[in-house]
Amino acid sequence: MTPPGTSTLTTYLEAIRQGLWEEMERDESVFILGEDVGVYGGAFKVTAGLLERFGEQRVVDTPLSEAAIVAAGIGAAFTGLRPIVEMQFADFISCAYDQIVNFAAKSRYRWGVAVPMVIRGPSGGGIHGGPFHSQNPEMPFVHTPGLKVVCPATAYDAKGLLKASIRDNDPVLFFEHKLLYRRIKEDLPSADYVVPLGKAAIRRQGGDISVITYGAMVWVALEAAETLAADGIELEVLDLRTLLPLDEEAVLETVRKTSKVILLHEDTQTGGLAGELAARISEKAFDYLDGPIVRITAPDTPVPYSPPLEEAFLPRASDVVEKARELYRY
Amino acid sequence: MTTATALAPELTAGLCDRLLYYLELMREIENRIELKLYRQGKILGGCYTGRGQEAIPVGSAILAQKDDWLCPTHRDMGAYLVRGMEPRRIFAQYLGRAAGPTRGRDGNMHMGDLGLHLVPIISSIGASVPVAGGIALALKYRGLPNVVFSYFGDGATSRGDWHEGVNFAAVQKLPVVYLCNNNQYAYSTPLDKQMAVENVADRAAAGYGISAEIIDGNDVLAVYQATCRAVAHARAGRGPYLIECKTFRMTGHSAHDAADYVPRLMFEEWSRKDPILMLQKHMVERGWATEVDFKKLHARILAEVDEAVEWAESSPLPDPASLLDGVYDSAGD
Repeated sequence: MTPPGTSTLTTYLEAIRQGLWEEMERDESVFILGEDVGVYGGAFKVTAGLLERFGEQRVVDTPLSEAAIVAAGIGAAFTGLRPIVEMQFADFISCAYDQIVNFAAKSRYRWGVAVPMVIRGPSGGGIHGGPFHSQNPEMPFVHTPGLKVVCPATAYDAKGLLKASIRDNDPVLFFEHKLLYRRIKEDLPSADYVVPLGKAAIRRQGGDISVITYGAMVWVALEAAETLAADGIELEVLDLRTLLPLDEEAVLETVRKTSKVILLHEDTQTGGLAGELAARISEKAFDYLDGPIVRITAPDTPVPYSPPLEEAFLPRASDVVEKARELYRY
Repeated sequence: MTTATALAPELTAGLCDRLLYYLELMREIENRIELKLYRQGKILGGCYTGRGQEAIPVGSAILAQKDDWLCPTHRDMGAYLVRGMEPRRIFAQYLGRAAGPTRGRDGNMHMGDLGLHLVPIISSIGASVPVAGGIALALKYRGLPNVVFSYFGDGATSRGDWHEGVNFAAVQKLPVVYLCNNNQYAYSTPLDKQMAVENVADRAAAGYGISAEIIDGNDVLAVYQATCRAVAHARAGRGPYLIECKTFRMTGHSAHDAADYVPRLMFEEWSRKDPILMLQKHMVERGWATEVDFKKLHARILAEVDEAVEWAESSPLPDPASLLDGVYDSAGD
């Protein structure tokens, strides 16, 4: 894995574009629909060039209608196609909430019919996008049985998890972190590969404290780990990669190893994933804990626009360093 | 009146026999569900019927080809019957049995069957309308000549999903036939509190640039003929087509609802326009059937429904051990 800013080959954004491209080459039932995805190539240019290669039948520019776009994906998936639906910003997914949680998520359970659809889009803050272009809307969907929720942190994962999501037979929500789009790059294999859903990855080995996180916060945790290593405190960083299904065994394993745990996410605190993780750790690894479970999250506010406010909102490496030192001394 | 037959598809005695069978079968199944099994406490939860509106699903679905798709509402039982869903499976669904199309996972008209290309509704009214567009998009994607029948009521046309779905299909010129059962009430809300235009067709035609027409939704032959026009339009690649079927809900919203908010005169007025009586009158006038034939048919349907209810009531309830099954694709794990 390559740290941010290092100049090598493929960006996180380009990795996603490659994933879309390769899956469309591989399988004619895969197609894309969304707002401005064709001629314009997408608001962030994730779908640039796909229209020229695959034609307007397979790269569909739609009206500004999130509910209808998702619903069209559901209908197409009923017939066996594999639609990839783009939300221009993940924030707008709330407009399609009913279609996702009531139509797509419950279909298999109700009448045994698969919805092999991916809903993907940029989420997260750090670009001064304000309350409606910065949110992390994953948790309502993590709370919905029948869905899968993916939050890649690296370019390698973005491509491999996307390919696995497209090949999956259930509806997958794929939240790309827009801060990472052009900030991280790495050398990717030229051969076809997938990263399986539901498997976490240890990004850094360490024996003192486990930081369990996902998305852009993986990089925040790694930055904090470098600082702490200078003081002899070794963080283990676990990147969940998929929030639903959750790799519970990987979570419990790192807790059993270090006995101290920090749960870190960019999403707001109440109802965030950290609460669920804390409950599972308490239920299944309580005897291994040598300190309180620590949560580091955004506060319970909308995502503010102005830079000093947004910086105060987002969890920082310095927050992790400070909390880790306290927990280390506990 | 030679021009009428030239313009319209042929309405034969054989077609009328089939239509009458499905109208009566739907009526009897729903009577059994609402007036008997529900009152006996054997059906729990919501219980919705399409009494008085049978002509709409029957007169339209009978034109669906094998590879066409249908997205009916909770008042379109006739579409299921025409497609070949057996009454015993429908009763099993209502009774929460394992043999129902949802194996007890969902109730009442929330049933579908992929093999029959019947898509189950969800409770958010109108949500199926944009899904129908997605199915139509897929048909076009594959170059198939098929169409999607998308059913909804007047209330659904106030939902954003309806507007998004109709607009999407119009822009993409998708092969969708919209069938609106305008039964004048959405639960207790009358039309004048639902919309400020007179007709649903006005919303579709003026608002979205699609072809639309208004018909007597209690006249099954009118439904049949309008559907012929709509299907021809959609199959020819000319985009969606909406048929607004003016009708009346001869029941409450659900079995628990006495519909006290509906003026009694309206029930009396619309009972004279009962779709079954209308079709029977037509058949008698043409000399195609007699009262004796109707009695025979009714007796046959009663026996068929008796058998189906008996079968469903004796079929097993789902095993609680199956609770966790089928949330995800187990083959993919």
